[in-house]
Amino acid sequence: MNHDVIIVGAGIVGAACAAECARAGLKVLVLERGTIGGGTTAAGMGHIVVMDDSEAQFALSSFSRRLWHELAPQLPADVEFDACGTLWVAADEEEMAEVYRKQKFYSDRGVRVEVLDAEGVRRWEPNLRPNMAGGLRVPDDAVLYPPCAARFLLEQAARDGAELRTGVEVVELLPSGGVLLRDGTRLSADRSVSATGPWSPALTPGLPVRKRKGHLVITDRYPDYVRHQIVELGYLKSAHSMGKDSVAFNIQPRKTGQMLIGSSRQFDVEDTAIDPGILDRMLRRAAEYLPTVLRLSAIRAWTGHRAATPDKLPIIGPSVASERIWLATGHEGLGITTSLGTGRLLADLLLGRKSEIDPEPFKPERFESGKHAVGHEVAAKRAE
Amino acid sequence: MDESIELRVNGTPVKVPPGTVVAAAVARAGVVKFRTSVLAAPRGPLCGMGICMECRVIINGDAHSRSCQTLCAPGMDVWTT
Repeated sequence: MNHDVIIVGAGIVGAACAAECARAGLKVLVLERGTIGGGTTAAGMGHIVVMDDSEAQFALSSFSRRLWHELAPQLPADVEFDACGTLWVAADEEEMAEVYRKQKFYSDRGVRVEVLDAEGVRRWEPNLRPNMAGGLRVPDDAVLYPPCAARFLLEQAARDGAELRTGVEVVELLPSGGVLLRDGTRLSADRSVSATGPWSPALTPGLPVRKRKGHLVITDRYPDYVRHQIVELGYLKSAHSMGKDSVAFNIQPRKTGQMLIGSSRQFDVEDTAIDPGILDRMLRRAAEYLPTVLRLSAIRAWTGHRAATPDKLPIIGPSVASERIWLATGHEGLGITTSLGTGRLLADLLLGRKSEIDPEPFKPERFESGKHAVGHEVAAKRAE
Repeated sequence: MDESIELRVNGTPVKVPPGTVVAAAVARAGVVKFRTSVLAAPRGPLCGMGICMECRVIINGDAHSRSCQTLCAPGMDVWTT
């Protein structure tokens, strides 16, 4: 065996896995068919956010956010790490009830949050329309620029001896260990790790990962147009339905003064072309919250695919098919946040170390039964 | 009858004939530097046809407005940066 681990995919998840494995002393090779962070990573907003859809999602996202804060002092300037915080805005009293639910959930688990009334929201974000019901401010959430963060993690890995090859396409993960390349070359390793996001079913047939297309728009520089990553709480009603196309208001202030605007979700759309109808709906949704947003000058719009799983949790651990084939995929819209936690969990599992959070809800074997239960239910059943 | 349009450039009143673009009004006001680049270099109109984005000014509060593509209007408030 030339390598202990071959990691397929140099997106932020593969990069984080490489950094953790190399740091633990494993001999790591990273293979990437395109460029570093050029796939799903380039289509991520770079929001470092604690989420609360399930206990497992909370555990992984809060653990990961802590790891990002620990790493922050080492991040180079081009990663543009900015602890601007999240502002979840409530448009009406129904969404305000969600603010209080979230406040309790986060506070009970030690996450700093602050409930804002209409006036509080207006003071922080005067460009929001004036009649918001209120909001929840999560001051320790952050944003960063994902492709540079992936590059930084690979540099960390390289310092610990990892090797990176780009322009190399893997066509098969070998059950005997290692990978088969497009040109017929076999590279051997004790284990392979597929960190190929929405493309992972091609290497692991049957894996329940679906492509979810998303649009992003970035504007010219308008410093302080908004100060937080602002997300609508209607997001909860729209984003998490697995069905039809949807849009939600989501805006992020970049350190450059630019505004990054999302979000859209379309399942099973293969192409990466801009869909003008969806883009239009997405920007009109933003204008419902920020009446002046359509007067900003957009400089680029693009799309990308995220890797969606039935229970909205990533897939981390040994595959069902072979102990030599491991998975780190299915991070959907949370992969920038959860990349660091994923890398740590994967290395813990590979080395038999104890993990800080329970790895069970993320294991590939949960899909074996054919029933795609939501993550916390799976965890609860296992605990019985 | 005086058909000229009066607007303000950096707070100073300027009169221009109808059909004048903002870039010309800024020049008539004697301003050479339309904006400051990210690396703090002076910038002004280059292409004059809306492509180079170098002539951006603030028009009625809207930053990054192309002065070469916007016609002057009475009472317009223009600021260079």
